[in-house]
Amino acid sequence: MSEVTVKVGLASCGVAAGARDVYRTLEEYLEANPKPVKLLQTACIGMCFEEPIVEFNGSALGQMHVGKADPSNIIKTLEDYIAGIAPTENVILAEKLEGRHNALLHNQKRIVLRNCGVIDPKSLTDYEATGGYQALKKALQMDKNAIIEELKASGLRGRGGAGFSTGLKWSFAAKAVSEKKYVVCNADEGDPGAFMDRSALEGDPHNVIEGMIIGAYAMGADEGYIYCRAEYPMAIEHLKIAIEAAEAKGYLGKNILGTSFNFELHIKEGAGAFVCGEETALMQSIEGKRGMPTIRPPFPAESGLWGKPTNINNVETWANVTWIMINGAKAFRAFGTEKSPGTKVFALAGKIAGSGLIEVPMGIQIKDIIYKVGGGMKTAKPFKAVQMGGPSGGCIPAEKLDTIVDYDSITATGAIMGSGGMVVMDTGTCMVDVARFFLNFTQNESCGKCTFCRIGTKRMLEILTRITEGKGVLKDIEDLEELAENIIKGSLCGLGQTAPNPVLTTLRYFRDEYLAHIVDKRCPAGVCIPLLTYRIIPEKCIGCTACARKCPVHCISGTVKHAHVIDESKCIKCGACQKACKFDAVIKE
Amino acid sequence: MEQDFSALDAILAKYRGRKGFLIPLLQEVQNELGYLSQSCMKYLADQVQVPAAEIFGVATFYSMFRLKPQGKHIVRVCKGTACHVSDANGIKAALLEALALPEGENTTSDMQFTLMEVACLGCCSLAPVIMIDDMTYGKLVPEAIPAILDKFRF
Ligand SMILES: Cc1cc2nc3c(=O)[nH]c(=O)nc-3n(C[C@H](O)[C@H](O)[C@H](O)COP(=O)(O)O)c2cc1C
Ligand code: FES
Repeated sequence: MSEVTVKVGLASCGVAAGARDVYRTLEEYLEANPKPVKLLQTACIGMCFEEPIVEFNGSALGQMHVGKADPSNIIKTLEDYIAGIAPTENVILAEKLEGRHNALLHNQKRIVLRNCGVIDPKSLTDYEATGGYQALKKALQMDKNAIIEELKASGLRGRGGAGFSTGLKWSFAAKAVSEKKYVVCNADEGDPGAFMDRSALEGDPHNVIEGMIIGAYAMGADEGYIYCRAEYPMAIEHLKIAIEAAEAKGYLGKNILGTSFNFELHIKEGAGAFVCGEETALMQSIEGKRGMPTIRPPFPAESGLWGKPTNINNVETWANVTWIMINGAKAFRAFGTEKSPGTKVFALAGKIAGSGLIEVPMGIQIKDIIYKVGGGMKTAKPFKAVQMGGPSGGCIPAEKLDTIVDYDSITATGAIMGSGGMVVMDTGTCMVDVARFFLNFTQNESCGKCTFCRIGTKRMLEILTRITEGKGVLKDIEDLEELAENIIKGSLCGLGQTAPNPVLTTLRYFRDEYLAHIVDKRCPAGVCIPLLTYRIIPEKCIGCTACARKCPVHCISGTVKHAHVIDESKCIKCGACQKACKFDAVIKE
Repeated sequence: MEQDFSALDAILAKYRGRKGFLIPLLQEVQNELGYLSQSCMKYLADQVQVPAAEIFGVATFYSMFRLKPQGKHIVRVCKGTACHVSDANGIKAALLEALALPEGENTTSDMQFTLMEVACLGCCSLAPVIMIDDMTYGKLVPEAIPAILDKFRF
């Protein structure tokens, strides 16, 4: 019998769901009961909603992924697997069996994530076995210009949000004349609700590093930085391990693979500032200063880190480079659209059934991402909007779901492609509250340099807060629109220039909801607390007194076995009565 | 009384003269001491020949730097988009209630817990999420909070 392998997904998402306990249980069991079973670890295959996930291989059942693994049942699953008995539930992906989520993979194409959840990210040998560092070997034998031309031909566009041609950007840095140049990987991933870069770094750090080495070679840089946010300790740990291993093998350091090319790579941990994702602020931060954006031009390609020519790309951009070097620009263009070739990684979160990480060819409709790749909505509540691009982006409503994923089509909706966060919202989400949420975020994160960004966002936030409290007036909408226009015009960097987007898109698609708050003093989604009223339906109330006993302000009156009443003038809308009621007699409207 | 910071000299030796050293230096000092006091920042300023105002400027710019003593355990409640639409506010309210923080403070009076908000922990698929020290807890409901905190109380 061939050897059985068991692989546990130990990325941040898996660990948070309890994967370490599953791994430990297996480890202890196999120590006590030696068997021809090999226990391995990997990162995230993207189906975070099923974590902890364990993959089995090598028995008659073929490859099989089991979700929601638990220390209490994992040993039985293993024993059964060895014996060729399929589990009755939680088979999520399988080669020969019926995998519950097999279909979710049909519309995906994995270039960036090809190794994530497959290899052990801490093992250079694993990476090499998948063809790792072959792209570097190939590149080192190529003419530097030819590398850049290949990248240009591939049509790869920056995945950090703006979508600028990567090949073109590299050509600027390559042309700059200087004895010192830098390359930088932007792993600040500040968009709250996005985790593509975390997963790519945790799951396949060498792929990003190899991309950077190739870039440094092509542009003539000898030093590089990966700027990673401090909230990602596992990504940082895996990068450190990978850099050390690559140095030991001669992929990094002096005279790489016997050539005259030297390249030294460092990790810089962020210190918690969203604006540091902006490239000029990021460079200030690497230099040890406050991360305040600077005026462009000069662009980093002319004068970047310590005044030297610098090329900055996003994690996912770098992660595409090795595949393009090996497979060529033409193969890359086989995916996606004319102007947005290749694939895009998205982080699905919010009210979607299959929250996690996906990689799809550009050109796919957003509708298909949500219903085919993401498995549809999580609960019975219907879809309302999908937020793309985080604080710089916008909400795309149901009637725009046939929009295709490419930079220009998404921009036309008022949202942006962004870095790939997609937060799905259902009818239980209030769009005014969402707009307020993002404004609160940008207002907090504004570095304060530009007046409009610093004070304008504050004024917008005040207005939005007023509206959610039921104190809005009709002129507020006009004021919001005027402020938005001025903030966009009067801000130096992308933070301010895009901060009004969440308000503008919700005003565009959900104006009714603003009006309901302002005119009817009503929050249709039932989210804005000051606008809610709690009421007891007399027909349903059996007079058990549970609510009255829980009410912190004693505003519920009634006698035992008779319907109770809430005194609205005293109610603080804490919802305790609704939670206490076992008969659904308390309603919120 | 002048505080003695000579324990930091080994850390200082590692960073002195390196380019872009200020942020990693402050990060390591904070790891060592728990927070950055004014006298500590003045000491560092003298040692590395950087104006104290610049050090203070950097320390106040980044949310990670803490200027006050911290609790033994750091509780981070995620207020990112995915968590926000999954009742992060309810989780925060449950934490506030369970920790009984003094008015206007974010550290409990017994110095056991400090509560902070973060913009996203990168585990959005498990929203709502909190992190206590380096342990992440996901798919939370407000009722689960007291039991989780109890694991850290001794
Ligand atoms: C406020 C702000 C935040 C940003 N945050 C990020 C980020 O977290 N990650 C990222 O890759 N790019 C971010 N960017 C975009 C970068 O400035 C830059 O365009 C990008 O790193 C370039 O890489 P690319 O060409 O590979 O996309 C941000 C921009 C702005 C204005
Ligand atoms: S939004 Fe909470 S973990 Fe990302």
